[in-house]
Amino acid sequence: MSGAPPGWELVVGLEVHVELGTATKLFCGCPNQFGDEPNTNVCPVCLGLPGSLPVLNRRAVELAMCIGLALHCEVRPSQFHRKNYFYPDMPKDYQVSQYDEPINVDGYLDLADGHRVGIERAHMEEDTGKTTHMGGGGRIHDADFSLVDYNRAGVPLVEIVSRPDIRTVDQARSYVGELRAILLAVEASDAKMEEGSMRVDANVSLNRPGDPWGTRCEIKNLNSVRSLGRAIEFEARRQAEVLEAGGSVAQETRHWNEEDGRTHSMRSKEEAFDYRYFPEPDLVRLDPSAGWIEQVGSALPTLPAERRAALAEACGVSAGDVALVVERDLDSLVAGAVAEGADPRRALTHAEHNLPVESATDLPFGAEGFAALVKMETAGDLTATQAKQVLAEMAVSGGSPAEIAAAKGFEAMGTGELESVVDQIIADHPDEWSRFCDGEDKLQGLFVGAVMKATGGNADGGEVTALLRARRGR
Amino acid sequence: MSERLTRDDVVYVAHLARLDLDAAEIDLFTEQLASILDHAADVAALDIADVPPTAHPLPLVNVLRDDEVTPSLDRDEVLAQAPAVQDHRFRVPRILGEAQ
Amino acid sequence: MTALDIAASVRSGERSAVEVVEEHLARIAASESDIHAFNLVMGEQARAAAAAVDARVSAGEEAGPLAGVPVALKDNLCTRGVPTTCSSKILEGWVPPYDATVVTRLIKAGAVPVGKTNLDEFAMGSSTENSAFGPTKNPRDPRRVPGGSSGGSAAAVAAGFAPLAVGSDTGGSIRQPAAFCGVVGVKPTYGAVSRYGLIAFASSLDQIGPFAHTVADAALLLEVMGGHDPADSTSIAEPAASLSASLTEGVNGLRIGIVTELSGRGIAPDVAARLGEAVAVLTAAGAEVDEVSVPAAIHGLPAYYLIAPAECSSNLARYDGVRYGLRVDGPDVEAMNGATREAGFGAEVKRRIMLGTYALSAGYYDAYYGKAQKVRTLIIRDFGAAYAEFDLLLSPTAPTTAFELGAKTADPYSMYLSDVCTIPSNLAGHPAMSVPFGTGDDGLPVGVQVLAPALGEPTMFRAAAVLEGAMNERGAA
Ligand SMILES: [Mg+2]
Ligand SMILES: [Zn+2]
Repeated sequence: MSGAPPGWELVVGLEVHVELGTATKLFCGCPNQFGDEPNTNVCPVCLGLPGSLPVLNRRAVELAMCIGLALHCEVRPSQFHRKNYFYPDMPKDYQVSQYDEPINVDGYLDLADGHRVGIERAHMEEDTGKTTHMGGGGRIHDADFSLVDYNRAGVPLVEIVSRPDIRTVDQARSYVGELRAILLAVEASDAKMEEGSMRVDANVSLNRPGDPWGTRCEIKNLNSVRSLGRAIEFEARRQAEVLEAGGSVAQETRHWNEEDGRTHSMRSKEEAFDYRYFPEPDLVRLDPSAGWIEQVGSALPTLPAERRAALAEACGVSAGDVALVVERDLDSLVAGAVAEGADPRRALTHAEHNLPVESATDLPFGAEGFAALVKMETAGDLTATQAKQVLAEMAVSGGSPAEIAAAKGFEAMGTGELESVVDQIIADHPDEWSRFCDGEDKLQGLFVGAVMKATGGNADGGEVTALLRARRGR
Repeated sequence: MSERLTRDDVVYVAHLARLDLDAAEIDLFTEQLASILDHAADVAALDIADVPPTAHPLPLVNVLRDDEVTPSLDRDEVLAQAPAVQDHRFRVPRILGEAQ
Repeated sequence: MTALDIAASVRSGERSAVEVVEEHLARIAASESDIHAFNLVMGEQARAAAAAVDARVSAGEEAGPLAGVPVALKDNLCTRGVPTTCSSKILEGWVPPYDATVVTRLIKAGAVPVGKTNLDEFAMGSSTENSAFGPTKNPRDPRRVPGGSSGGSAAAVAAGFAPLAVGSDTGGSIRQPAAFCGVVGVKPTYGAVSRYGLIAFASSLDQIGPFAHTVADAALLLEVMGGHDPADSTSIAEPAASLSASLTEGVNGLRIGIVTELSGRGIAPDVAARLGEAVAVLTAAGAEVDEVSVPAAIHGLPAYYLIAPAECSSNLARYDGVRYGLRVDGPDVEAMNGATREAGFGAEVKRRIMLGTYALSAGYYDAYYGKAQKVRTLIIRDFGAAYAEFDLLLSPTAPTTAFELGAKTADPYSMYLSDVCTIPSNLAGHPAMSVPFGTGDDGLPVGVQVLAPALGEPTMFRAAAVLEGAMNERGAA
């Protein structure tokens, strides 16, 4: 789905905040732990008590470098700044963040379909505390008062800022999915949007083809990939209506509301944000040596894009066709089976649809067994349906596909045998058959189902369909 | 820096700094800050485009700590200092602006 | 009695720490109401700490280099369980849940904290008149200011309330009050003493340092407080320099430069005369003394009054009525923040927050804060050139002797001028100290400032010891 209203081009850039999976916070030794009792993981530093000073967490720096390297960024000398503004969830009333000298710059992320999205920067900063709005409608503006828990204050974040290279809603979704896969692969974050350890803001604008970019709005409060897609679609429609009515889009921050499916202007007093950035004097510069960067980079696992490329090559298909299999960590199984001589398409289909998602990484069989199964199917010893059942049993108990098939009494039906069953079913349903022949296609299911039932599932569904079509055509 | 600091500047800055200055303070600060900034005019006028800034007197880099948990504070001790507390959290009046 | 003598007698069992602390508490009780050096006298805690030291001594344990020595702490140093106010209404009643690193080190060394000393609110000022709890008086003349912002600490030592005191120096806040009160005051190299637990004014300039009657006591206190602290990212990695050992080495062969820009224009004639006598003393002791120019030093004061307020505007944002300290209620959080800060901060603090916020705000950063940071580079370069030819530099500590209470409160800039000689060292991050050297025409103390390059404390203390020795001889004569 494109999401761009007719006659318009959609331009989207995403800012993703990711909480790093460190043991402790960015500048103090308090636990970085979601879900603890409020205000128990706090100390003078992360509470911003007078006199306290920050000391940077080495692991957080390394995870930030991991993210940068995985996004093909240049890892650079960097400097923390203070971003000054008042907000009760910020203990010091400034956020320590990286401003004009971020640790990672100038990378890219390749989507599964090959579209490349530029990464402008991926910088480090500290998270804020958590505010709960009480009374009134429980929403920020009509609340009577708010309560603040600083357990999250000072948790290390990396903010990943894409270039405005995203043109469709699908690309936006796929960018987030791909980024998440990378973060999980390098073990930088658990990247859970529902727990807030991955938070996405979208900058959305429209322009007429050939025109320069339009004014953008920043959409916040996107708590799932689904709301990201819905919000971009809504916002694109809203902007198109404004522009088509001769109006202009105001550059502003808008809040996505999941219930009414709309974005809302924040109506804050129009204070031009004047953050008064200046170098954080309580921290020194970060200047990772080439050796340190190299050491972090060499410990990185193979990334999803490289794995897709490798599997696609091994299977002779496009990278997009193997995306799900790689996402499920089944690429080595498939590649192994293909190397053993299994048919790549059949192997991919099974890996994609017929294996339990949860246990993909510790299946009780290997590439050899998987290849044997695919080969039996290809040879006609098993129908597709039988192969699926055998595979399901293999996933539970291990065991060789030949033994499981024998134990289940599976033997593929000869074509002649199948033909006679099909003819019998047609004879049993004369009315339905004539309607099917008159073009009522949905009746095909009835005939396939009846044949399957009659053969106890031993028939190949594709073969049955082919026989039905051939008879109708006569 | 040809223009002198105005009363409007002082009002704007007071809001940024969250100081509810009264009218007399605004007038006084308009005068005093302008006068202090006049003394800074020599600095502002220096032609030192090619001089790098010094944010810090020490040439230290890469001061890091290990990712090891240290004890947090006792919650009761922390909350005892707070002007208003409810449900083990810091209570504040309603928030009109947005988080950034 | 010096801190060294007290510690030696307590360690040997000749005197008890309790006896020592009672003697000082009695002196405080007798004249604190005239001086107002303290925001809080920690009588009970001091007696308990002294008893603990005595217990260590009688158990035959090492009681520490400051065993039983009373020490006064500036009230911007966090003390666990003991109110810490920065002389501000906004922190009135706040009780820190932790000790500053220097406090931990002092207690470990056997020192006995006797109280929290008055200061200009959040260390912003040069007279200790900007305290929410009233001014401190100069023990040498109670109609005069003790200097500031560490006026309470300087006065506490001068009045004999404690042989040692701790202060903080952002633009001269240890050295100028030391000069005004006639005691020794040291601003160490930036990073030599941990700032952890020092309530920040301007983070890139703040440094903790000692007050004492003697150069040797100041060296001892600095040795105890200094050295690497992993809790302060800007702490120098090396251990504290050994100072006491070098005190007797003299200045023979040292090259000492008088800084033209800090010693001529604007310096009172009597102060200039004492500086001239100090030069004579150093020359007689074998130093080569000559004039040297540090041209960028003239930009120090205006650069400081951009950088320090900018950092302070950010450091003091956290006093917002949410987590600790004063709250003045309002209908919404922004109104509460504004009302709290308006009521909780005094005029000078507001002035500097305003100035710093303006200097950092959009459109002015490059012209003000950015330029001031470049001036810092120039000052470091010019000092570097001077130190290529000289081991130490010399100037008066302050342009005048202590002025009268109220003399400069109406004109902020005239007050700022009293730090003109001390500010350049903070901008450069270099050490400097004030040594009492005679009196002015008004009979009030004059301080001579000895400046050194980064980590040049051992050499700096040698010159200070020579100046002190000359004064002692004069007194004896
Ligand atoms: Mg951010
Ligand atoms: Zn903490």
